Amino acid sequence: MVAVTARAIVKRFGATEVLRGVDVHVPDGGFAVLVGPSGCGKSTLLRLLAGLEDVTAGEIRFGERDVTRLAPRDRDIAMVFQSYALYPHLTVRDNLAFGLNLRKTDLATIASRVAEVSAMLGLDLLLDRLPRALSGGQRQRVAMGRAIVRRPQLFLFDEPLSNLDAALRAQVRVEIRKLHDQLGATSVYVTHDQVEAMTLADRIFVLNRGVVEQVGPPRDVYDHPRTRFVAGFLGSPAMNFLDGVQVDAGGLALPGGQRLAIRDPERFGDRLQPGRTVSLGVRPHDFVVRPDAPDLTVEVELVELLGPELQIHARLGGRPLAVCLDSQSGVARGDRLPLAVRALHLFDPETGQSLRV
Amino acid sequence: MSPADQGRKVSLAESIGAHLLLVVAVAFALYPLLWVVSLAFSGAVEPTPRVLPVPIEPTLEHLRGVAFSTLQVPGEPDRWLFGLQLANSIVISLATALVGVVIAVPTAYALARFEFVGKNGGMRALLATQMFPAVASAIPLYIILDGLGLLGTRSGLVLCYATTAVPFAIFQLRGAFETIPRDLEEAAMVDGATRFEAFRKVVLPAARPAIAVTALFAFMSAYNEFVLAHTMLGREEMYTVPVVLQRYISEFSADWPKFAAGSLIVSIPVMILFYIAQRHLIAGLTAGGVKG
Repeated sequence: MVAVTARAIVKRFGATEVLRGVDVHVPDGGFAVLVGPSGCGKSTLLRLLAGLEDVTAGEIRFGERDVTRLAPRDRDIAMVFQSYALYPHLTVRDNLAFGLNLRKTDLATIASRVAEVSAMLGLDLLLDRLPRALSGGQRQRVAMGRAIVRRPQLFLFDEPLSNLDAALRAQVRVEIRKLHDQLGATSVYVTHDQVEAMTLADRIFVLNRGVVEQVGPPRDVYDHPRTRFVAGFLGSPAMNFLDGVQVDAGGLALPGGQRLAIRDPERFGDRLQPGRTVSLGVRPHDFVVRPDAPDLTVEVELVELLGPELQIHARLGGRPLAVCLDSQSGVARGDRLPLAVRALHLFDPETGQSLRV
Repeated sequence: MSPADQGRKVSLAESIGAHLLLVVAVAFALYPLLWVVSLAFSGAVEPTPRVLPVPIEPTLEHLRGVAFSTLQVPGEPDRWLFGLQLANSIVISLATALVGVVIAVPTAYALARFEFVGKNGGMRALLATQMFPAVASAIPLYIILDGLGLLGTRSGLVLCYATTAVPFAIFQLRGAFETIPRDLEEAAMVDGATRFEAFRKVVLPAARPAIAVTALFAFMSAYNEFVLAHTMLGREEMYTVPVVLQRYISEFSADWPKFAAGSLIVSIPVMILFYIAQRHLIAGLTAGGVKG
């Protein structure tokens, strides 16, 4: 097990700069998730850690060891690919044993490790099959097994669940986290799925356009997004943004003439000078119904029942607003809905930075 | 076949219609072949016009005549000429397939996987060689072989065949390598393989059907080639079978039954080869068309 440190990583493909000075630190035994929209550079960063691409500039260390220029085989890592990359001509058993065979491990050790891992992942009955005779979920397990059997210092996952159906994905997600806790190996996991990011990570790295926008524990990043991008990327349905909102003394002038009081203005220091415009962000789940003293009132346009909750498409001064409420709320189309805001976020309209100090 | 198709009942009329169509198609394809068989076994020397290709005065005389032709040199024991010639063909064709595959596999892999200076130019040059018929290069090749002292030798002819077999094999194999996901090699390299080990242990086995098909094509084109063989090989005992067959049909006389008998015998090695390779062949021909 080992800590992973990448410093000032730059990666260019020709004239395209994919990573623009990225720093990553994953402590020994940590589970880091790199998350971001497609094209943000997260997969490239993972491939740099694996040694499958060369860095343009910067340094990668595993513990004290500088691995920046080492070949993948010398880094003592294992990787689970999105496509699983099972060797099509080898049986499950030989797929699992492939890396150990290459490293000239003795046959008795190989047999016992393969047996141990296949028992752990429930692959016992599949050992003599070829990959093409396996289902998607089974292939995924073999890919996991091939990584585990080597007992590497570092696990790398490249969107390992994206080819599974939703139910299986949720199940394997839990298993991956359990395996991590059991094996204690440092893991770096790439996904564009924010649910995977939130549930698996000790530490989330949100990437956007080749830079890390924010790092931290999932709860922290979710509750206190430092940029508008992070705020909009994490959370489903996405955070509502109202642009061009004017600050007045102790509150915000909302579209349609309503006024929203800011209960704890000290959170924003001296950044709320009256007269300046800001972008207001509120998560759909941060609204509650409050008929006696509402912060604001919205008009309900459409109500969708999602089982445990209602997803309400409303309008505030003509602007669309998503609101999620308990399914027992009894809201109907055409209602004027009095709401209180549990948490709000303010962003600089130019830079997208949070105004929180 | 989708589950929906499997559950569907085929009506009797549809079945009869489909079979009729197939029978006609098969008859159309086989009719000329049946004529060759009929001629080879017919005692009558001149082919007579008739509808059904049934041998007249059935005999094995032509087959024997072709298969047991001998080379008589005064003062030396007789040699089994046809045996020599068939062996020539097989050796030359196998060598062409081997040379073609050995050169084309690494070349095609490099072209499929690496970026390097001159890659596109090289590809275009290879493509250009495919645009000229082999005959166009017969005279230059003749001069080159003469200069190398390889005229009239098997290795000389293999060299000639390689000039066309290699570019074609490179094209075929490059396409095959491109369908093999890079992830496989990368997984192998992360698992502890060098690039060469990844190539040998993962890419080559995955490309085996395509390599088999390519080798078979190279073999067949060499086995069937006539013009270059006729130009480069001077002595009778060095001939390949297409040259032998052609000699039964000359400007002044045509021994059709022997020609037919020879064609049948000559087809046997190819049929054996196809039989052995058919599993690979089918996999190779459909490779890339089916997602795992």
